[in-house]
Amino acid sequence: MIGRRSFLFGTAMAAASAATPAWAGDLCCATGDLGLIVERAAGSLLLIDRSERRIVTRIEGLGDLSHASLTYSPDERYAFVFGRDGGLTKIDMLAGKIAKRVVQAGNSIGGAISDDGKLVAVSNYEPGGVHVFDAETLDPVASIPAGAKTIGLADMPGRRFIWATWETGEAWIADFSGPEMKVTKLADVGKNPYDGVLTDDASTYLVGLFGEKGVSAIDLWAKEPKVTRFLKDYGKPADDLPVYKMPHLQGWAFTDGQFVLPAVGRHELLWVERQTLEPTGRTPVHGQPVFIIAQPGSPYVWVNFALPDNDTVQVVDSRTREVVHTLTPGPAVLHMEFAPRGAEVWVSVRDANKVLIYDTRSFAVLGEIPAESPSGIFFTARAHRIGL
Amino acid sequence: MLDRPAIAAAMLSLCISSAAAQDAQRLEHMLRQDCGACHGMTLKGGLGRPLTQEALADQAPDALASIILDGIPGTAMPPWRPLLSEDEALWMANYLKKGTTQ
Repeated sequence: MIGRRSFLFGTAMAAASAATPAWAGDLCCATGDLGLIVERAAGSLLLIDRSERRIVTRIEGLGDLSHASLTYSPDERYAFVFGRDGGLTKIDMLAGKIAKRVVQAGNSIGGAISDDGKLVAVSNYEPGGVHVFDAETLDPVASIPAGAKTIGLADMPGRRFIWATWETGEAWIADFSGPEMKVTKLADVGKNPYDGVLTDDASTYLVGLFGEKGVSAIDLWAKEPKVTRFLKDYGKPADDLPVYKMPHLQGWAFTDGQFVLPAVGRHELLWVERQTLEPTGRTPVHGQPVFIIAQPGSPYVWVNFALPDNDTVQVVDSRTREVVHTLTPGPAVLHMEFAPRGAEVWVSVRDANKVLIYDTRSFAVLGEIPAESPSGIFFTARAHRIGL
Repeated sequence: MLDRPAIAAAMLSLCISSAAAQDAQRLEHMLRQDCGACHGMTLKGGLGRPLTQEALADQAPDALASIILDGIPGTAMPPWRPLLSEDEALWMANYLKKGTTQ
């Protein structure tokens, strides 16, 4: 028996070595549990190992990283970092180095990568519009003027990008699936859209409005995109508080058949039934919500808040819509990033110069990463998600 | 013989200047980090307009301080009066006018 087993094992080994890929000799490490933390004041990134909860290296020289965001190539080898100063920087995650950097505009706000990983689009404030680059070389591919600041840029399936415009209140799509780029105005969405987000099934583009009450939903599966306005009156504008930080929508949670949205200028979360867009409830919270992010594999959403309530994070159960836990990570909590299966969450605490790692079940602090004014935290698992 | 009143005076002025330095540091931090959320950390603009020395050349410090305190209705610029005193707003206005934004 033993002899036969080892014979079989030996055969399997031989088969495996016959199929050994050419790059096997270079194997050193994989990128699937790596991530980047933005150090906004220093213009640097911390390359971290999520499983080992440690810093691998610091990457410097990225310019002004206030409000920086980034996206990953489909193989998780490269990150594309969108800096406030218009810089587009390609990071090699295995080398821990800048692979390429261009300054593509005066002032930019975010970006996205096409579903095939070939195109990187950057959303600009100055001069406005969207610039599209070859992901390999960072050579310019297209420039789409908008005459306005562009916000909420997201990738759509089929080499397409979608965005909205702040001053003119429009939503646009650029389609790169054919030999020629096609740019189409989708709809008027309302006054001063501050951010937009694509649902996880890419069926709906949601646009949050600052200049008036409400949220616009565009049905992207319909033949003729139709705009539905909802949450048009969640309280009198006269009662609204000053907004010291715009909410972000990339983390808008879609959970338990509901959307949960930030009430602009109010200490509330707003719940909406996903199918009908009818409001289903409100949750009073600690401050004005900035990020509302669903904890993967759970009914919970985590919320952080704008100045002056930004030392706190609350956890809300989407079934009861009640706050079930309140944490105080420290001064200026800017961002939260979950492990892809939800077991832990990394929280950046800007003015404490650290990132805290919490167990999402026990709320125990599992680790701490020293970081200089940390803001966004981005794990490579984002590479496989639509609209991030 | 130690001149006690002189030492006390020196210590007091040291305390005041260190408190002022701390305030300045706190306000500068707030300008870059929190105002910078909209205006950019280097204050060259974002969703909000640039706050560089050149961009503010035509603005008097008093007028700037009142914008900081009361915001600009109908825009995304909020009133900071709940979080800042008039002296602090004026300090920020003067700081911006000096153009030490690099």
